[in-house]
Amino acid sequence: MAEILKMTQPLITAEAVSRSYLKGQHQVPVLRGVCLSAARGEFVSVIGQSGSGKSTLLHIMGLLDSPDVGEVLLAGSRIDNLNRAARDQLRNHVFGFIFQFYHLLPELSLLENVMTPLMIRHSIFGFLKRRREIREAALSILQQVGLDHRLKHRPSELSGGEMQRGAIARALVGKPEILLADEPTGNLDADTGAGIMELLNRLNQDQGLTIIMVTHDNAIASQAHRTVQLVQGRIQPAGRDIATDPQQRRTA
Amino acid sequence: MYKLLLCLRYLRTRYIALACIISVMLGVATMIVVNSVMAGFTTEMRDRLHNFLADIVIESRGTAGIEDAAMQMDRVQAAAGQYIAAMTPTIEIPGMMTFTDPWSGETYTAPIQIQGIDPAGKAEVGPLQDYLDSYNQVLEDGVEVRPALRGREEPLGWELTAEGEKHFRMVQERNRLFLEDRQSGQPAPQAQESMPETESPVFDSEPAPVADNDTPQQQTAPELIFTDDDPQKHEPQGPLAARIYLGEGLVSFMARNPETGRQQKIMMVQPGDNVILSTITAGTPPDVTKFQATVVDTFRSGMNEYDSSIVLMNLDALQKYRGMHLKNAISSIHIRLTDYSHAPKVLAALEQAFPPGMVNIRTWEEKQGMLLSAVEVETAILNVLLFLIIAVAGFGILAIFYMIVVEKTRDIGILKSLGASSGGVMSIFLSYGLGLGITGSAAGVFIGLLFVEYINEIEDVLSWVTGRKVFDEKIYFFLEIPTHVNPWMVFWVATGAIAIAVLASILPARRAAALHPVRALRFE
Repeated sequence: MAEILKMTQPLITAEAVSRSYLKGQHQVPVLRGVCLSAARGEFVSVIGQSGSGKSTLLHIMGLLDSPDVGEVLLAGSRIDNLNRAARDQLRNHVFGFIFQFYHLLPELSLLENVMTPLMIRHSIFGFLKRRREIREAALSILQQVGLDHRLKHRPSELSGGEMQRGAIARALVGKPEILLADEPTGNLDADTGAGIMELLNRLNQDQGLTIIMVTHDNAIASQAHRTVQLVQGRIQPAGRDIATDPQQRRTA
Repeated sequence: MYKLLLCLRYLRTRYIALACIISVMLGVATMIVVNSVMAGFTTEMRDRLHNFLADIVIESRGTAGIEDAAMQMDRVQAAAGQYIAAMTPTIEIPGMMTFTDPWSGETYTAPIQIQGIDPAGKAEVGPLQDYLDSYNQVLEDGVEVRPALRGREEPLGWELTAEGEKHFRMVQERNRLFLEDRQSGQPAPQAQESMPETESPVFDSEPAPVADNDTPQQQTAPELIFTDDDPQKHEPQGPLAARIYLGEGLVSFMARNPETGRQQKIMMVQPGDNVILSTITAGTPPDVTKFQATVVDTFRSGMNEYDSSIVLMNLDALQKYRGMHLKNAISSIHIRLTDYSHAPKVLAALEQAFPPGMVNIRTWEEKQGMLLSAVEVETAILNVLLFLIIAVAGFGILAIFYMIVVEKTRDIGILKSLGASSGGVMSIFLSYGLGLGITGSAAGVFIGLLFVEYINEIEDVLSWVTGRKVFDEKIYFFLEIPTHVNPWMVFWVATGAIAIAVLASILPARRAAALHPVRALRFE
């Protein structure tokens, strides 16, 4: 017990988070008291079926949504009850999102898409002053994900894998501490998905990026350090078994 | 930065936005064109009213007038001399004019307003020379058909031109022959043979002209006119003592020339003809007085109201015929100011200078107040109606923006997940509306000004396409469509259009800002 406390000071924690949505006249509970935490540099995957509330959990941890009950803590301090502007700032600085459907802005070129978080971060004048710097940052990230030859292309001119790499580059350009991935391979074939997973693993290992990934695919989930299973809005104890099973766990 | 980038990108990639731009553009262009033409017409009309009226008019209350023009003018000079550029004494009195139409031989009587003037003085107060027929060339469809009969440098006076003189002699000769014929019982010589070529066009269908002044008038006239003792005025062959400039509308009508098929102006009375004027004397109660007068010239001020009612006459003869026993009596003084903005000061000074109740002192705007305010109200209503066009464009923008927001729902969610604030998302759509407004307004201003600049050419093309004259200069007395572009009008129209575009985008922008990021991201 003492060992665990010493070792893992969690970077992000969701504590007893509950969330329900109003569907027509009825309150439909999606999360029923979920606890999830990730230590710095940890790669956690959340597995669950459709409707199990895994995306909602991710959204709540990434401050896109707020819990009805429960708290979200970042490095020990509560962040879910901050005001809107502070939450916008946190989303921009601390979290990086990637989605199943990539969600690149169709009007912008790949480079512009990748620069968007930094454009949001800086005002027009700030942006113009740091233009070169921002461009360099975006270019180097794109190089890391292997897309430096497609800078001027629109998302519609890219393949699925390229779009997801672009989305990862966009999520990383602001140097976030936590990457929240919502089914990053869900819309890709197995090979391309494996490429994306490799990229995420590399980022996790080389840069110590904290990753929380949501997926419904056991094979994908097992590549994480730890897997949590979510069933009907609750963490399934069995999930911990998978995560702690040394044979299932991928070792560095 | 992302706001600007996205806003510009949306402007460039959404062709539906073009519809917004075009609707704003059309509204702005229409408003500019209509306002410019309205302002052009109004300015022209005000100029014409103003030019004929002078800046300030002092009028006596009674028909007998006020005495001693020179003394009154000294009084004006003393009161407000530093503001006054020119003034002229005038007698204004209603009357009747009787003349004979040479084409039909019928005698017409028309109500008129007689203005006794000193031409030189009148010309200092307003551009009289520009109005007199003999000082101006005659144009038809922009082509000169008759040069000016008098040079600009020739002073204004009551003398006939050479043509007028010739016409006068011819009329006298014809009357003499007619009288002789009546007395001798021999057939009259063909009247048409003695008519010079320069006479007004003779139409096939028209009956041969008969004598201008029929005999009874000729016989009664001497009793009425030759009451004074000046021997020169008894000279039977010379023009009469009373000389007039006739408003053109009084004695002309438009008729179609059967040969050319064109509308043409037919003058029933020309310089050199004599007409009979009747008016009232200055006595109490006034008597009717009539006298013959020689038409020296015709004028056209472009204001139909004036051209079809005013007869300008030599002041001294009018005083005499009206029996104005007061020394050099006049009924009004027309004053031109050095700067019209001094008018209120001058009015106040003049009110002080004249005994109370003696005269009315008014500016030309006050005299024509009804007409001017009617035009102003008309313009205002038209502007309101036209602005509704832009308002309709605003609703178009609202609808189209709503559509775009719905279409962009997921992108809005993405932006929010990347840390964009609600205000930032809102400002994308607000600046989008601003961009549309600015683009549409700029295009509208450009097209509107271009249209105004080439309005006459456009009118020509329209006339050619439709086969009928859109703008008939003969009706309006304008050679070209008058336009007046007021920069402030353009500014306000453009600003108003931009404001409407921004206002119309507020609702969709608020909706975009209020979108919940999760719901926006899930939006399919």
